[in-house]
Amino acid sequence: MTSRFDIPEENFADILVKAFTNRSFLTGFVITALVAAVAIVSFFWTPFDVTRLIIADKTQAPSPAHWFGTDHFGRDIFSMIMVGARNSIAVALVAVSIGMGVGVPLGALAAARGGIVDEAVMRLNDLVFAFPALLSAIMITAIFGPGALNAIIAIGIFNIPVFARVARAGALAIWPREFILAARAAGKGKTLITLEHVLPNIVTLLLVQGTIQFALGILAEAGLSYVGLGTQPPMPSWGRMLFDAQTRMVAAPWMAIFPGMAIVVTVLGLNLLGDGIADILDPKSRRQR
Amino acid sequence: MTAYLLKRLAIALITLVLASMVVFAVLEIIPGDPARLMLGMNASADQVELLRNQMGLNAPVALRYLHWAGGLLSLDFGRSYTYSVPVIDLVRERIVVSLPLALIALALSTIIAIPVGLFSAGRHGRAGDTIAMGAAQLGVAVPNFWFALMLIYLFAVWLRLVPAGGFPGWSAGVWPALKSLVLPAIALALPQAAILARVTRSALIEVLNEDYIRTARAKGLPYRAVLWRHALRNAMIPVLTILGLQFAFLLAGTIIIENVFYLPGLGRLMFQAITQRDLIVVESVVMLLVAAVIAVNLLVDLSYAVVDPRLRSRQ
Repeated sequence: MTSRFDIPEENFADILVKAFTNRSFLTGFVITALVAAVAIVSFFWTPFDVTRLIIADKTQAPSPAHWFGTDHFGRDIFSMIMVGARNSIAVALVAVSIGMGVGVPLGALAAARGGIVDEAVMRLNDLVFAFPALLSAIMITAIFGPGALNAIIAIGIFNIPVFARVARAGALAIWPREFILAARAAGKGKTLITLEHVLPNIVTLLLVQGTIQFALGILAEAGLSYVGLGTQPPMPSWGRMLFDAQTRMVAAPWMAIFPGMAIVVTVLGLNLLGDGIADILDPKSRRQR
Repeated sequence: MTAYLLKRLAIALITLVLASMVVFAVLEIIPGDPARLMLGMNASADQVELLRNQMGLNAPVALRYLHWAGGLLSLDFGRSYTYSVPVIDLVRERIVVSLPLALIALALSTIIAIPVGLFSAGRHGRAGDTIAMGAAQLGVAVPNFWFALMLIYLFAVWLRLVPAGGFPGWSAGVWPALKSLVLPAIALALPQAAILARVTRSALIEVLNEDYIRTARAKGLPYRAVLWRHALRNAMIPVLTILGLQFAFLLAGTIIIENVFYLPGLGRLMFQAITQRDLIVVESVVMLLVAAVIAVNLLVDLSYAVVDPRLRSRQ
């Protein structure tokens, strides 16, 4: 059995050409780069200061001065979305890192050891899977109180079994291969083989999953902030902006429309990027074209 | 077959026990004394000590866990700190909102997704497929609570077809009750349907490349019959897996959606309990939802055996 995501034997230039002729990858890449750029720019410049409340300017409709209008405190929604991008990306990035950092070693260990270790890791996975991210977030909030950090931990914990499963499945497909046998014959131990041969061969698999989890993380952060369990004011977050918009939707629909569109565009971009990477590096999907 | 079923059952039970330990442990490490909380700040130390003894809080941890877990088995979750009524009564009141909502959403998602998946797989690579999957790609990216806000704006504020929120209760009649669940169910279902449609399509495309499909076509079966009878059945395993996962997401999703529509379900109960620090209610609802997720996953595992005869014959 071969892995679905074998590293193709082609040079970097070939992959680059493939990447930039793949519609999904290209669209996803452009959108994601744009969102990341907006988040970075927000550190240095936003059209308006998001911490200053100007009540005289409250709930203004979109205009040349305020592209996306203003909220109930007179804050510029475009500027808040820019800063919100920074917040969403940070939360999702750390959460994915937690998931990968813990999940991948666990999955690789389960695949390398097998037997009781494998069983124990999988049962642990089942346990974490039984708690949807929102539920663990609620429990964590019940103990420590609400906040962005707790949202990160909750989403991160939720990501662990996802990466453990993907890493385990990927590694299991690599272990029976000849080059692993050769490495074992050369006297290498399981840890060394995992590090030198197994992990490099499942990197693309993890990359694709990472992109998907990143997108899910952004959705989850927005959801948690919306119900008040995530990022706390005055730090602007997309979910929180939607919460503020809800009761004012009749008078100021722009307060709800634009933050939501920011979420949709970001998640769409990441998903397209993930699909694109899978397309480019997966020999099977290439044959279908 | 029996071995497979027994193994899945054992795994589900172990997971349930471990999950209950996690939930119990969380209850343990939360700062604050429930007895002190119930009696208020003016109670004397003796009074608090008396109530602690009455509530069994001074017993060893292991004993208290067994007592609590035993209570769960007979649906005795304890008493709410703030309402002073059995938690199960609160749950019973609220579950008649949350469960129908999740089930309607699940049904809606399936009814939309499977035909779209079939349609797309049948037109693999053509314009219809591209459009349907483009829409699905967009659907996956839409947060359900934002979609809910947009639905409220469109159907409740503009068109005034349905109420913007609230729940009249089933006693007000089935139709008014259902009417107030329509928008929440759609908001929950559509993003899930987008995921399910994508999975159905790719599972079908995988199956359609198999030799037995070519054989079925070669013996003269019409394409439609092959698609429905041979392909769909064989593509069911990944679809069922996702359906099981989606139920968990829907249950968690109802928590958020109930807040958008002010529905008096389990989610609202949980958030009220958090703000009132009525932790026994929070833990009970979490435990209940976790048990539901585990049960549904078990059901999915069991249904594999029904869908896939190969699993049935395997020892």
